[in-house]
Amino acid sequence: MPPARSWRSYPQTYRLEAGRCTSCGAVYFPPRLICSQCKGREFETFSMKRTGKVLTHTVIRTPSAAFAGDAPFAVAIVEMDDGVRLTTQVVDADFEEIRIGLPVKLEFRRVYSEGDAGVINYGYKAVPVRS
Amino acid sequence: MRDVAVIGVGMQKWGELWTKSIRDVFVESALLAMDDAGVDHIDSMYVGSMSPGIFSSQEHLESVLGDYLGQPHIPATRVESACASGGLAFRLAWMEVASGISDIALAGGVEKMTDISGSDATYALATAADMKWEGISGVTFPGLYAMMAVAHMDRYGTTREQLAHVAVKNHANGSKNPRAQFPFPVTVEQVINSVKVADPLNILDCSPITDGAAAAILVPADQVKNYKRPGVKIIGSGHATDSIALHGRDDLTTIRAAAEAGQRAYEMAGKQPSDIDFAEVHDCFTIAEIVVSEALGFFEPGQGGPAAESGATAMGGKIPINVSGGLKSKGHPVGATGVAQVVESIEQLRGEAGERQVKDARVALTQNMGGSGGSCVVHIMEVM
Repeated sequence: MPPARSWRSYPQTYRLEAGRCTSCGAVYFPPRLICSQCKGREFETFSMKRTGKVLTHTVIRTPSAAFAGDAPFAVAIVEMDDGVRLTTQVVDADFEEIRIGLPVKLEFRRVYSEGDAGVINYGYKAVPVRS
Repeated sequence: MRDVAVIGVGMQKWGELWTKSIRDVFVESALLAMDDAGVDHIDSMYVGSMSPGIFSSQEHLESVLGDYLGQPHIPATRVESACASGGLAFRLAWMEVASGISDIALAGGVEKMTDISGSDATYALATAADMKWEGISGVTFPGLYAMMAVAHMDRYGTTREQLAHVAVKNHANGSKNPRAQFPFPVTVEQVINSVKVADPLNILDCSPITDGAAAAILVPADQVKNYKRPGVKIIGSGHATDSIALHGRDDLTTIRAAAEAGQRAYEMAGKQPSDIDFAEVHDCFTIAEIVVSEALGFFEPGQGGPAAESGATAMGGKIPINVSGGLKSKGHPVGATGVAQVVESIEQLRGEAGERQVKDARVALTQNMGGSGGSCVVHIMEVM
């Protein structure tokens, strides 16, 4: 990914910044310019809570080239406690342990590196919350 | 708005066509359609092609193809809506004729996918997902549909075997289709034991990478008598979009764009799901056919899996689905797929489908889908 493209999303990938519509309260990750619910255009920026739960999941066994070294790896759609949904890897977990409803938290992790001399892309990955 | 009919279709055999360029692949099928219709010129053309820039290092494709089709200077348009590009090209050609702008429009689709490596092709296809916000996880297209399958299995009890039955049925149908890329049967055991791609989906749950094209000729319905072939009327057309990120949708067990596009097409046609004699739907993965068969109202939510297992969607069943072999067996040159669904439907409605013929077929539905359901196009066609 071109460095500028990664850099633009640091507020989201590093700090989990989302936008909340000041009119109706709808939450968007990443932030948007207009609210699909109420058409409002005023948003406040906030950092999401890092906890959520798995809505669905899979294990990628045939990866794309950028993730070839990681396979097999688990991916899930996670619903954050703020209501935002996102797609993320689930790491530090046995595949058998990952199930719908599993409580997870997002951690700051290395995601992938680009080519021989490219920027290392960091971002969020989910890990199970263990009591 | 004028009524519109299809009076000619064309499709060459699909597969790994290493000896042919994207131009030849398209022009062969387009000429078959023009010959079938008995026309030597067209007024305009819409061609679905998802990513000729990556697959064939060629953008500006509409002008290349209009020129090589021997139709210089016509208004030609390339249409892109990921894997729904062909269905959308057909819809735009229908609008072109319905509006009165053209009297003879060609709707085509083409993709030449095997010139580049498998990983490059995977990348090209991945651009139909949310590259930024899904791509960051390393999820693949099979992975997105696998997550739909996991959610569907969890909510409705859909089984691994039921998924396999979709592939078994479509390969059985495709084995009777001489133009299919993989015209051979497979068994439930073969599907379940095939190479794992994204749990619970295996390689035999996935549609292949294919070179191919398809084309159809559209004219005003009241001019069909001027042509040599029987016309089939387009009675409903529906198009809908949605978040291209799967996680951006409220319900992970259905495809809202398919339901919306279907509803719009049913309303325009004045038809119900029970009026449809057979359907060609977008089985890019086995779970997709199950989910779509529910979204289009053929089965209640959760009943798509049992329906596939019981034979309700097989030839001779309640609603035969993908009698052509579907994307699974026939192949999936992404931009061509939506038009190929029309080709199969027209041949069936003319009673020319040979071994695959659906008895007494009068009303057909096609459903073509982009990405994991970020776009969907549905058409309903009826014998005139």
